[in-house]
Amino acid sequence: MTQPALAVHGLSKRFGSLVVAQAIELDLARGARTGLIGPNGAGKTTLVNLLTGTLRADAGTIMLDGRPIDALTPEARVRRGIVRTHQINTLLDETTVCDNVAIAVAERDGIAWRLLRFARRWRACIDEARSRLAELGIAHAVERRVSELPYGEQRLLEIAIALALRPRVLLLDEPAAGVPSLEAHAIHAALDRLPGDISVLMIEHDMDLVFRFAREIVVLAQGRVLARGSPAEIAADRQVRAVYLGRSAS
Amino acid sequence: MIDATILLDGLAYGMVLFIISVGLTVTMGLMRVVNLAHGAFAMIGGYVAAMLVGAGVSFFAAAGLATLLVGMIGAVAELAVYRPLYRKGELAQALMTFGLTFVVIASLTSGFGTGIKTLPLPAALGGVVDIGFRTYPAYRLFLVAVGLGLALLLWLLIDRSAYGARLRAAVDNPRMARAVGIDVNLLFTVTFAGGCALAAFGGVIGAALLPLEPFYALRYLVLFLVVVGVGGIGNFKGSFLAAILLGVIDTGGKYLMPQAAAYLFYGAVLALLLLRPNGLMPAKSAT
Amino acid sequence: MTALSESGLRRLWHGLPWALALLVYFTGGGYLGLGTHALVMILFALSLDLALGQAGIITMGHAAFFGIGAYAAGIFASHLSADPLLGLAAATLAASLFGLLSGAFILHTAGVTLMMLTLAVSALLAEFANQAHGLTGGDDGLQLGRMAPLLGLFGFDLWGKTAYLYALAVLFLWSLAAWRIMRSPFGRSLDGIRQNPRRMRAIGTPVWRRLVVAYGLSAAMAGSAGALEAQTTRSVGLGALSVLTSGTVLVMLVLGGTRRSYGAFLGATVYVVVQDFAAEIDPFRWMFVIGLLLMAVVLIFENGLTGLGDAARRALAGLPRRSGRP
Repeated sequence: MTQPALAVHGLSKRFGSLVVAQAIELDLARGARTGLIGPNGAGKTTLVNLLTGTLRADAGTIMLDGRPIDALTPEARVRRGIVRTHQINTLLDETTVCDNVAIAVAERDGIAWRLLRFARRWRACIDEARSRLAELGIAHAVERRVSELPYGEQRLLEIAIALALRPRVLLLDEPAAGVPSLEAHAIHAALDRLPGDISVLMIEHDMDLVFRFAREIVVLAQGRVLARGSPAEIAADRQVRAVYLGRSAS
Repeated sequence: MIDATILLDGLAYGMVLFIISVGLTVTMGLMRVVNLAHGAFAMIGGYVAAMLVGAGVSFFAAAGLATLLVGMIGAVAELAVYRPLYRKGELAQALMTFGLTFVVIASLTSGFGTGIKTLPLPAALGGVVDIGFRTYPAYRLFLVAVGLGLALLLWLLIDRSAYGARLRAAVDNPRMARAVGIDVNLLFTVTFAGGCALAAFGGVIGAALLPLEPFYALRYLVLFLVVVGVGGIGNFKGSFLAAILLGVIDTGGKYLMPQAAAYLFYGAVLALLLLRPNGLMPAKSAT
Repeated sequence: MTALSESGLRRLWHGLPWALALLVYFTGGGYLGLGTHALVMILFALSLDLALGQAGIITMGHAAFFGIGAYAAGIFASHLSADPLLGLAAATLAASLFGLLSGAFILHTAGVTLMMLTLAVSALLAEFANQAHGLTGGDDGLQLGRMAPLLGLFGFDLWGKTAYLYALAVLFLWSLAAWRIMRSPFGRSLDGIRQNPRRMRAIGTPVWRRLVVAYGLSAAMAGSAGALEAQTTRSVGLGALSVLTSGTVLVMLVLGGTRRSYGAFLGATVYVVVQDFAAEIDPFRWMFVIGLLLMAVVLIFENGLTGLGDAARRALAGLPRRSGRP
C-alpha cells in the first residue's frame, strides 16, 4: 500500500482530568473521503485543532506524507498543506470576495511579503481567484463585499479559499451547517467536485451528507476512535447505533 | 528603619493607586469598556473637594459630597456617552473617552484656573501616630485603613452579593440576563456611576500624594491603566495586589535609587505585562 | 463612482493636495513655519495610519518613534554631522530598529493589553530621555546647531523656505511609499490581519512576523517625521515623547479618517491650523474643541472628515450609501 497522506498515531490530549483525545489512530490515504462523526463532546473539534496545530498534543505523532509535523506552527502546517475550513464565519468581511481568495493565493505563493514589484504577480493572484470562484459558481459575486453575500455563498467562498491554498489534506468543519436547503445544493455540488488527489476529512452532523460524501467513516466517542469502516458497515454497527445514531438520528 | 519606611510608604501609595484604580477595574474590567476618562473623573472629584474645602466645608464632608456628585456625573456620562460605545471597538472607545478627558480638563481649568489645587488635610490626619516601634504619619495610616476597608467591601459586594452575580451575568450575556428579568441598563448605569465615584473618592483622599493639576487626568491615567492591566483586567484581588506591588516598587525605587526609579517602575510593568499578558490574576471569564 | 471622466478626475484629485502645498510655499510668508509643522505632522499621522489604520495595531504610544527620530537627529547633528539627509537617515534607521525590537516583544498581545504595553514602552522611553541628561539634555531638551545645506546646495534660510520644501519632499516620498505599501500584497495581508487575524492564520500567514515588519516600517516613518521636526525647528524636547503627542497624532488621523489616501493629510492640517488659531486665545479652550471633535468623530462621522466628504459627494451624485456595483 502506498504511504498515507496523513497518518496519526497515538494522539492524546487532556485538559486537567478531562481526556479529550486518547491514543487516536487515523490515516487518510491520498484522495480519501473520510467522514468524522460522533456525539457532541466526542472530541471532533479537538482532533481538528490538534491536526492544525492550534492545540499541542500531549503524546502521539502526526505525519504528513511520511514526515512528522508535530513541531510545526499552525501557519507552517498550512503551508505544508493541512488546510481547514471553519464552522463559523471567519472571512474578511470588508474585503471583496475576489480579494479574499487572492490574498490566500498570494500567501500560498509567498508573495505576501512583497512591497515592491508586485503588480504582475498580484494580477496573477486575482486571475486565479476569479477562475476558482467561477469554478464554484460564484463568479457573479467577485467584486462584492463578503458582508453582502448570502450565507450559502459565504460557505462556498470558504471552500474556494481553502482550495486556493492547494491543500494536501483538507479538513472540512461542517461545511453545510446553517445553510438553507435551497442553497445547500451548490455546496453539495462543490464537495462532489473537490479535486481527486486531495485527502478530505469531513466533520459533519448531517448524516445524510456524511453518508453521501464519505467512502469511509470514523466514529469518535469520548476522545477515542469507536469504530471505522465503510458507510454501510458503520450504519450496521450496533455499538455505533447505541452510542451515536440511536441518540441523534432516531 | 529605612526598610519599614519604604514598605509603609509603598503600601500607602499602593492603596491610593488601588482606591482610584479599582473604579477602573469596575468600568474597564467588569463592564469591558476602554475607559480612558477614568482619571478625569478622579480629577473632577479632587477639584470639587478642593473647592468645597476652600469654602469652609470639612475635609470628610467634602470627600463625601465630591464622591456623590461625581457618581451622579458618572451616571449621566454612562447614559449620554458610554452607552453608545458598548457595541463599538476598542479604538472607538479609547478615542471617545480620550475626547471626554480633554473636555473635562478644559472645563475644569476654565472654571478653576490652571494652577495646582491644594487640598489641605484635616487636623486629625495631619499628625503622627505611634505604631509601636516608631511613629508614622496618620494620613498614610488612614490611606492604608481605607484601602483595606474598601477592598473588603468590594470583595463582599462583587464576589458575595446578589448584585455582583447579576452584574457578571449582565456582562457575560446581556440577552440572557434580560430574559431572566435583570434590568441590564439600570445595572450598568449604577455600576458605572459606582466606578466613577470610586475614582473621585480616590482622587480626593489621595490628593496629597497625587497632586491636583490641570493634566492630572492624563498624567496619572497611565498609572491607573497599568494597575488594572498588571492585576488582570476585571480582577479586584489582582488590582489590589498589583497596586501594592507597584506602589512598593515605585516608592522603593525612589528611596534607594532615585535616578533609576522610573526605569525600575516601567521596567517592572513591562516585564509583568509580557510575562503575564493577562495579568497577575486573569479574570476567569476572560477568553 | 461618478460617470464623469473618471481617471482624469482622480488624477486631479491626487494632484490637488500637493498643488495646495506648493501654493502655500509661494504665498505662505510668515506662516511657512506652521506649514512645515503641518507637513511633519501629516507624515507622523501617515505612519500611524500604516500601523493602526492598515494593520490594526492599536497603539497609544506612537510618540516613542517620533521622539526617537527627533532625538536621534538632534544627537546626530550635535555629535556627528550637520548634514540633514544623513541625520534623517540615521534617525529613520534608529526609529525603525526600535520599532522592530519593541514590536517583536509586544505584538504577541492584542487589544487592551497591547494598548497598555505601547503606553508603557513610550513612558519608559520618555523617562529614559528625562534621566539621560548627558545625551538628551533632560528637561532642557537639545538645541541643534545650524544644519549644513541640503545636498550641499540649498542652505536653510531664516524664513524657513528650504525647510518647508525639504519637509514637503520627504513627505512626498514617504507618501508614495505608503501608497505602494498599502496596495501591495503585504499591505493587503495587513488589512486582512486587522479584520480577522484568525482567518489569516488559517491561510498560513505568519501574523506576528508580518505585524512586526509593519510596525517597524511605521516606526521608520514616524522617526523621519521626528527628525524633520527636530531639524526644522532646531530643537528637541521631552514633549516629542509624551503621551499627549501620541494622543494628538491619534486625534489627527482619526479626525481625517483612517485608511484613506488623504485622511492623514486633512486631519493633521486641520488640527495644526485650528490649533494655531485657537491656542493664541486660550490653550485649554483648544483642548475643549479637540475633545468635542473626537467625540463627534466617534459618534457621528466614523470615517473622519474625508468620510464626510465622500458622503457629501455621494449625496450630490444621488448614489446610495453603499453602492453594490454591478
